[in-house]
Amino acid sequence: MNKARDNILARLRARSTEIPPVELDRGFRSPDWNRQQRIELFCKAMTSVRTEIHRVRASDWADRLAQLVKERKLNNLLYAPNGPLARQIEAAWRNGEALPELVSRTAELDEWKEELFFGIDAAITSTRGGIAEVGALILWPTPQEPRSFSLVPPIHIAVVKADQLHNTFADAIADENWQAGMPTNAVLISGPSKSADIEQTLAYGVHGPVELIVLLIE
Amino acid sequence: MTQKAEFDQRVKQALDNPQLRRNFRVTMDGLMEKRDKAFPDKAFLEELRTIGANIRANALARQPELLEQLEANCTRNGIQVHWAETIEQANRIVLDIMERHHATRMIKGKSMVSEEMQMNHFLEAKGKSCVESDLGEYIIQLDNEAPSHIIAPAIHKSKQEVARLFKAKHPDIPYSEDIDTLTRSARQILRRKFHDAEIGLSGVNFAVAETGTLCLVENEGNGRLCTTVPPVHIAVTGIEKVVEKLADVPPLLKLLTRSATGQHITTYFNMISSPRKPGERDGPKEVHLVLLDNQRSRIYGDSELFDSLRCIRCGACMNHCPVYTRIGGHAYGPPIPGPIGSVIEPQKFGLENFGVLATASTLCGACGEACPVRIPLPKLLHRLRYEQVREDRTGATIGQGSQRSGKEALIWKLWSWIHATPLVYRSATRLASLFRNRIPNRIGPWSQVRTTPRIAPKSLHQLAREEGFKHE
Ligand code: SF4
Repeated sequence: MNKARDNILARLRARSTEIPPVELDRGFRSPDWNRQQRIELFCKAMTSVRTEIHRVRASDWADRLAQLVKERKLNNLLYAPNGPLARQIEAAWRNGEALPELVSRTAELDEWKEELFFGIDAAITSTRGGIAEVGALILWPTPQEPRSFSLVPPIHIAVVKADQLHNTFADAIADENWQAGMPTNAVLISGPSKSADIEQTLAYGVHGPVELIVLLIE
Repeated sequence: MTQKAEFDQRVKQALDNPQLRRNFRVTMDGLMEKRDKAFPDKAFLEELRTIGANIRANALARQPELLEQLEANCTRNGIQVHWAETIEQANRIVLDIMERHHATRMIKGKSMVSEEMQMNHFLEAKGKSCVESDLGEYIIQLDNEAPSHIIAPAIHKSKQEVARLFKAKHPDIPYSEDIDTLTRSARQILRRKFHDAEIGLSGVNFAVAETGTLCLVENEGNGRLCTTVPPVHIAVTGIEKVVEKLADVPPLLKLLTRSATGQHITTYFNMISSPRKPGERDGPKEVHLVLLDNQRSRIYGDSELFDSLRCIRCGACMNHCPVYTRIGGHAYGPPIPGPIGSVIEPQKFGLENFGVLATASTLCGACGEACPVRIPLPKLLHRLRYEQVREDRTGATIGQGSQRSGKEALIWKLWSWIHATPLVYRSATRLASLFRNRIPNRIGPWSQVRTTPRIAPKSLHQLAREEGFKHE
């Protein structure tokens, strides 16, 4: 198909009139919000898209997690046994009683796809932070916490550190220099899956998670 | 039948359907209101529109280089890039990939380019199954229809119609008109399809040259599933979707979601830069990007029509269009309806086939004012009206001059001669005033929906003279 490529590029280059380059202002002006404002905005925006937010401390978030999944009477919770959250989750489970089964799978997805699709109630992942302005989580999935964790089970629980909240999406890209190397997949998540395709009426939980729960560590 | 007669027939059908008209009216009013609320600060909106227009214009100005850069970076990341001049080539590329994998089951995220390619039709004829997974697309696929809106494809259907359709196609699921229940039923039905699919197909909202990243905007999660679960992901896109830098994405995303549905951001914004890397445990092992031209490079050659390539497919121009709101998307014919469809589609399919769409506008200007990337849609509609009757045929548009009629041309020649010759003009107006009562009450299509104009007893010139104006 190289012929197609050459033909297309040749046609594009054959333009008779030169297009003057545009002086580009990408509108990059970060708001001057402080940490507290970022937290408030983030919580407000996320709540408005039906995300359940729990403001927690670094020392006790796992206990809150245990309580939440117990209240919901889940059968199991998928987590990453060698991920950044593992130590605290395992500790909370050692101390807790009658908690849902902790599920850890370290094989390739292909080997336990059926279970992930039809047997897992909830999954927990860490995040790379969030965006205050619009209320979104930033996830750069890793081999430990694969991308399907935040996507396939009906409940996704995400842990966000307040110190990693950015004002805007543009800030997140600029502050962390994303263009220097993008991961296999990066995703912004704002709320549970939803659709308005029938009569423009919002309905939740169409294909992705039905519920999104955020533990915000302040 | 002429294209005009066919179009008139489709319009009449739509206008005669009160349910359809209600659905569109209510939805478009809702979408306009949501957009308005999403931009409370109008000065900010105007500033953002300028930024968006400039980013897109800049990307187009450097399109050949950016496409090469995109290709180089994607390839370096492990994404296989394919080029297609025509939809036949693009379909063939997709088919070849499927055959190489002995795959028969494809799950699809929403992609207007795949509609343009009529991909489902093509692949199904080759024995492949293609399941649409976007809820709206799934609904219309069940009913064998085309989308009627680029963002809300099934908006012409009421929940009762959807309920009856689900019952007919899935008799084992209990009948319900409740939207939540219907949505959950779709989840249930499609879950297995995602699990079993061998190929996931998606469109692309922005392709970032700088990093070789494909960006996808969606709310349902079906787009993420299509691009994560099956072992092979194929993304199809028009060549115009390329942008220069990652930093170009946030302002465009802001404009796109707010203009489309009034959302500050969608549920998911998915950025894909490579297939599964060693050690990673999920994600497709192969990612393909199909770059489709299909006349875009031809449009690119015209320094005015070229602006239509800035489009980010938000749908705002149709939401704000008084014609679209009344006739809905199907009446237009080609995949993309509304003002932008009336500009782009005749250029792809030829003015001899769809030139009439350029007349499906009151030129009220609402589309141009709503467009987040400032595409001068009314001006372009006007230009296409000219293209189809132009005499010289030295332009780039397919089917130029095809609607030119000798009679009409003669009338206009006469008209301009009268207006340019004072003596003739004066006697013509005098004659018209004199015979003003002889003008019939019905003058063709004009008087079908309007009262026939009456010529005043005295011309403006005469009145002005009587009022004592010295200079005319
Ligand atoms: S032409 Fe403008 S308003 Fe219409 S879909 Fe494209 S970007 Fe949106």
